[in-house]
Amino acid sequence: MRPVPQKTPIITARQASLISCHSCHLLCKPTALGSNHGLVCPRCGAKLHSRKVNSLKRTWALILAAFIFYIPANLLPITTVISLGKAQSDTIMSGVIYFIHTGMWPIALVIFVASVFVPFLKLIILTYLLITVQRRSTWRLKDRTRLYRITEAVGRWSMVDIYVVTILVALVNLGALATISAGPGAIFFAAVVVTTMFAAMSFDPRLMWDAKESLNGRIQHT
Amino acid sequence: MSGLIACHECDLMQRVGTLPEGSTATCVRCGAILHKRKPNSIERTLAFALSGLILFGVTNAFPFLSLKIGAQVQETKLITGILELHKSGMSEIAFLVFFTTILVPFLQLTGILYVVLSVRFGRLYPKFRRVFRYINLLQPWGMMEVFMLGILVSIVKLAKMAKIIPGISIFAFFALIVVIAAAISSLDMHLVWEKCDQYRKKHR
Ligand SMILES: [Zn+2]
Ligand SMILES: [Zn+2]
Repeated sequence: MRPVPQKTPIITARQASLISCHSCHLLCKPTALGSNHGLVCPRCGAKLHSRKVNSLKRTWALILAAFIFYIPANLLPITTVISLGKAQSDTIMSGVIYFIHTGMWPIALVIFVASVFVPFLKLIILTYLLITVQRRSTWRLKDRTRLYRITEAVGRWSMVDIYVVTILVALVNLGALATISAGPGAIFFAAVVVTTMFAAMSFDPRLMWDAKESLNGRIQHT
Repeated sequence: MSGLIACHECDLMQRVGTLPEGSTATCVRCGAILHKRKPNSIERTLAFALSGLILFGVTNAFPFLSLKIGAQVQETKLITGILELHKSGMSEIAFLVFFTTILVPFLQLTGILYVVLSVRFGRLYPKFRRVFRYINLLQPWGMMEVFMLGILVSIVKLAKMAKIIPGISIFAFFALIVVIAAAISSLDMHLVWEKCDQYRKKHR
């Protein structure tokens, strides 16, 4: 990896009245493309937006929804096992505790990190990023961008518990050891994973950097 | 405006000239990856996508995991758990698992193959631009490597109750994860769009 040799002055596409296509990264001149609404990238055909549409509102709405889903996801049973006429329901946490009791520390850790810790951390980080954007903070922009990148990348690993339930359902029911079924907690949990993924996608990291540009602009004008 | 692109994470404009093969250009301000120039991008991606489709067939046709209790052996396929969930009324979860572990990988492979063959033979197949855009959109939803972790957890969890025997399909699945990742990372997005642009200009 090597940085690009910098010859052009520090200027963003928005300051130059250009739009960078989110799909193919072509720099487009909106004036050359006609009317202001319904701009389309001449190269790939994607709709052009200088920033993601309604990024802050959408991300806030998705985060709030995910916070709400997070509660039943952790309180309601994710699996119910019926063996010898006895039914036993497990939440995510009681599953983790079971693994600790049986000495399977690594598995307990994997489930706890992926299912409890990561979704919560993701929600906290996105909330923090939204608040800093709204307060037009220019503090440690590079680190905050990195934080966003990590948040976007780790979210997928939360799906692991859903997959475990799917595999257990297939194996245990066929083996006639017992019957196992997914509980309502699993649906809420899946909803948490999907909504936080959409929330991360709808957040636009360029909004953080816009605060810096507006600050620079003010200094230059006065 | 040739060679000038804006960073997709901080919007800073910078000039990215023709990079040497195998090198990466990163944003000077935020460190995002702007462009990775891949050697033999089209041929490599074609090879990975084709082998990926074969592995995809093997993964879905053969037994995935088998459960041995006493003398009895029960075989399951990749789709078994999804069908069981659907039968027990958990269709939303069944669909999500189907989408992220079967449908998305299949669409990614066929989509990449379509785009790469199109570029390879120098003609734009119908809906080329839309297919290529959708490949990029689907990428975060392919979660086979997470499923692999789920398999490991399940094997450990059931180890005390019964003996689990891995099937052929699980090895094909593992290879498929590697091959899809290789196909995606060897596909040079900028190169494909440039070829697309050249072709459209020539035939206007
Ligand atoms: Zn475009
Ligand atoms: Zn940047």
